[in-house]
Amino acid sequence: MTKAIDKFMIKAAGLSKVVPSGAGQLVILHEIDLAVMAGEAVAIVGASGSGKSTLLGLLAGLDTPSVGSVHLNGADLFALDEDGRAALRARLLGFVFQSFQLLPALNALENVMLPLELAGTAGAAQLAESMLERVGLAERLGHYPKHLSGGEQQRVALARAFVMQPKLLLADEPTGNLDAATGAGVIDLMFALNAEAGTTLVLVTHDDAIARRCQRQIRLVGGRIVA
Amino acid sequence: MKPVLQRQNNLPLPLKMLQRDWRAGELRVLALALVIAVASVTSVGFFADRVWQALTREANQMLGADVLLLSDHPFAPELRDEAAKRGLAQVDGVSFVSMARAGDASQLSGVKAVSAGYPLRGKLRIAPRLNAEDAETDRVPPPGTVWLDERLSAALGVQPGDKIELGNTQLIFGAVLTLEPDRGLSFFNIAPRLLMRVEDLPATGLIQTGSRARYQLYVAGTRAAAEAYDRWAKPRLGAGQRIESLGNARPEVRSGLDRAQQFLGLSAMLAVILAAVAIALSTRRYTQRHLDGYAVMRCFGALQGRLFALFAWEFVLLGVAACAVGCILGYAGQAAIALWLTELVASSLPQPGFYPVLQGFAAGLLLLLGFALPPLLQLKNVPAIRVIRREVGAPRQSALAAYALGLAALAALLLWQAGEFKLGATVFGGFAAAFLLFWLVSLGALRLFALLGRTGSVSWRYGLANLRRRSRGNAVQIVALALGLTVLLLLTFIRGDLLEAWRTKLPQDAPNRFVVNIQPDQVAPLVQFLAQNGVVAPTSYPMVRARLTAINGRAVGADDYTDERARRQIDREFNLSFMQTIPPGNQVTAGRWFTPEDYAQGAVSVEVWIAERLGIELGDRLSFSGGGASIDVPVTSVRKLDWDSMRPNFFFVTTPKALTAFPASYMSTFRVLDDPLFTTRLTQAFPNLTVIDVSALMRQVNAMLDQVIRAVEFVFLFALVAGVLVLYAALLSTQDERRQEAALMRALGARRAQVAAAQRAEFFALGLVAGVLASAGATAIGYVLAERVFQFPWQFNIAIWIAGPLAGLACVALNAWLGGRAALNHPPMLALREGT
Repeated sequence: MTKAIDKFMIKAAGLSKVVPSGAGQLVILHEIDLAVMAGEAVAIVGASGSGKSTLLGLLAGLDTPSVGSVHLNGADLFALDEDGRAALRARLLGFVFQSFQLLPALNALENVMLPLELAGTAGAAQLAESMLERVGLAERLGHYPKHLSGGEQQRVALARAFVMQPKLLLADEPTGNLDAATGAGVIDLMFALNAEAGTTLVLVTHDDAIARRCQRQIRLVGGRIVA
Repeated sequence: MKPVLQRQNNLPLPLKMLQRDWRAGELRVLALALVIAVASVTSVGFFADRVWQALTREANQMLGADVLLLSDHPFAPELRDEAAKRGLAQVDGVSFVSMARAGDASQLSGVKAVSAGYPLRGKLRIAPRLNAEDAETDRVPPPGTVWLDERLSAALGVQPGDKIELGNTQLIFGAVLTLEPDRGLSFFNIAPRLLMRVEDLPATGLIQTGSRARYQLYVAGTRAAAEAYDRWAKPRLGAGQRIESLGNARPEVRSGLDRAQQFLGLSAMLAVILAAVAIALSTRRYTQRHLDGYAVMRCFGALQGRLFALFAWEFVLLGVAACAVGCILGYAGQAAIALWLTELVASSLPQPGFYPVLQGFAAGLLLLLGFALPPLLQLKNVPAIRVIRREVGAPRQSALAAYALGLAALAALLLWQAGEFKLGATVFGGFAAAFLLFWLVSLGALRLFALLGRTGSVSWRYGLANLRRRSRGNAVQIVALALGLTVLLLLTFIRGDLLEAWRTKLPQDAPNRFVVNIQPDQVAPLVQFLAQNGVVAPTSYPMVRARLTAINGRAVGADDYTDERARRQIDREFNLSFMQTIPPGNQVTAGRWFTPEDYAQGAVSVEVWIAERLGIELGDRLSFSGGGASIDVPVTSVRKLDWDSMRPNFFFVTTPKALTAFPASYMSTFRVLDDPLFTTRLTQAFPNLTVIDVSALMRQVNAMLDQVIRAVEFVFLFALVAGVLVLYAALLSTQDERRQEAALMRALGARRAQVAAAQRAEFFALGLVAGVLASAGATAIGYVLAERVFQFPWQFNIAIWIAGPLAGLACVALNAWLGGRAALNHPPMLALREGT
């Protein structure tokens, strides 16, 4: 039994999200069942408004479902309270966002140090620096987000995600704000880091080319899984 | 190791966050606002604690002591023992009236016998002979010697070295006494002075049981000990004994000091209110800019409690640092003032205590708690999902609920700072009302402008539509701008009016000599004498001494009153005067001034303080008797006196004919310019007159006033800086949003000129509304302060109504130029990327 649970990094069952909307109820996600194996790379694809980002938010425990459950690495996510879910995220999860979400008041190094500092990890500066070297930004440590290009900002975000050595990386349209060439570079880097660390990857994208680089694709249409 | 890495230190995380936010410029306005608030509170605290103490001590010279006990019989030993036990210095005095003789000449003199050490505060001045230069002395007459004032030596025709007979003994005239610091205590019944040693008193045989003598016990020491002794002694005084304080000695000095304290308190309060607004605005902006960062950190798994603790610690550290800087600034400020004051305060200034530092820290941290905590708590409610869906923010809270804590903290601070309920409540209530009114008016005005913006150019329509669309943010900005401008207008226009009105209450040409005991047949010759001596326009008042014997036909005496001051007053003869027109500086508060009917039938006007003490009401009939005559007249008016005026003031004024049966004398007041021999010539020409020189007292009051006004203006500077800070914070508060919008408009193809014009339309409306509100606010507050608090006549100032809107427009124009230019020059791509 334990072994079976260990095999799955994510197991979602009957996951629905319904929100009140004008006249009645708007169903964003409809009874999603989903399992992602440890070390697997899965792409969630679909058009805008298909519910991709909502699903990602639920898988991370950033939002709560109307019905259904999510188990992360064997832990029942929604049996935990808000702080319990945060503690679980701290142990397991790394994030990459479409809009980078770097803190503007912090330079590149400090942005990467932040999760380490919040977790009270010793030697944060050295760890962050070597991670930034790994993403090719060794010369940009002291630069602030506003002085970095979009591609550079996303690489800082990748360094920030991988510096915590997460078991699961959730990426929400990581190339959505980048041009094609820069986006391709970022994706190459992300897959390389992922392979090195053996991290499970769940990637939300509407780009089929990127999705094809994952082992599996889950397509959402109108809040339902169609393939 | 790379330099960037080297700079990463091992400080605790809140300190690191503080360092990073500071570097990013996120906290500067907040920190500066705190520094200003704390500096103004501490500097006023230091004034109160140090300079004020010195000024009071200076004023205590007029008592000759810190505490002066008076008695009609010798003091019990326990009063002396207690003073000694508390480490207080004490000297004795005995005063009585007796005949002094020299050869054939004799003169009724006011004898004062003192022990060594008199006076404990202030200095005696003596001259070696008549009309010679005088100098301060630390001594008192040696045993066997007396010092006479120039009037007494002139009347007796004696020179230092001559013998003076007093009672059964002979004493040597040692020196001419030119100044006694505590002489100003009583204007009337001053016989020429003879100062002697208390040790010589038994030999005169003048003090027997039942003699009419007044005993003084002068006590002085540290402020705390003197105050404690005062409190201890008060309930232990018997009949015929009292403690003289500055308040009942010279009301004009007391009222000046009180008003100065109000001014100081008020200016510190303005700084505190403005700082509170600046803190609220800048924390709000800080919170807005940290919503994403907070959500990201939640996403990383940081626990809510830990994150809140981190931010709270960051703010506490900032608060403590800002308070420390504020205290240092406050200390430096008061040290500068203390340097100026050394001219005035001859005695060394007491060292400032630690209390103002505590006061400053308490004020700073209370402001931070009240105005920074609510927005920070809002941060706690930001959901982590915001990292994916940016439109999700913290749940909205009503402004009142958010700042209830802040308003309570501010009210407490203001009451504490004002030191009195009325002033504190007036200022807080005034600003709270202004805040509410400004808020409502600005929302209304924004709607109106939005209606106006339905036609016109695209930029004009878009700019004015923004007013309505962003009405909450714009209303906050208008209210903050209006508050900042209100205070700036108050400080630039009203402050001048208030201080000027106060200054002119003590006219520079106020009379400096009071002459009493002028007989009716001397009035004309005296006027002639004064004219010959270059004195112009003396004012004369008739004076009748009479006792109040009955109210409404019922006999009154000391036994009818419990109030000690009432008992004392009723036992004494009052100085009544009679006149047709109301004396200058007097104001009828109830009833009416004399009518022709009153002139025929006789009537009396009563001063409000004595009326309250003695239980006299409008319409009561008062009976006076004295010099073998008596009258019974109705009270037709109650008057308030102007104690700042340095004019003679009368508790009772009757219609002219009412007092014809009484023996009257006159008193005259006039101004003498530098003429040291004037008094001698006057007393030689009119030996029976008593001349009182109040120029020293007036100099003291004026000098004190000037210095205090400088101190007040200095503290006003803090409020001024705080006002500018509020303006800056208000303008910053919407800058991010505007930049974002400008970028969007340009990305959609708007020309720079179109974007600029849209912003101008919006700013024009904001500036105009804020400016007009500020003019109204400053006028209203100025009116209340003048009429209700400081009791000066209020004058409408048109300049405020021109300056307010102009300043409002200038502020937003500057902002449009700085912020708007930045928005326009900011590459749209960058702005949009930062904002996504």
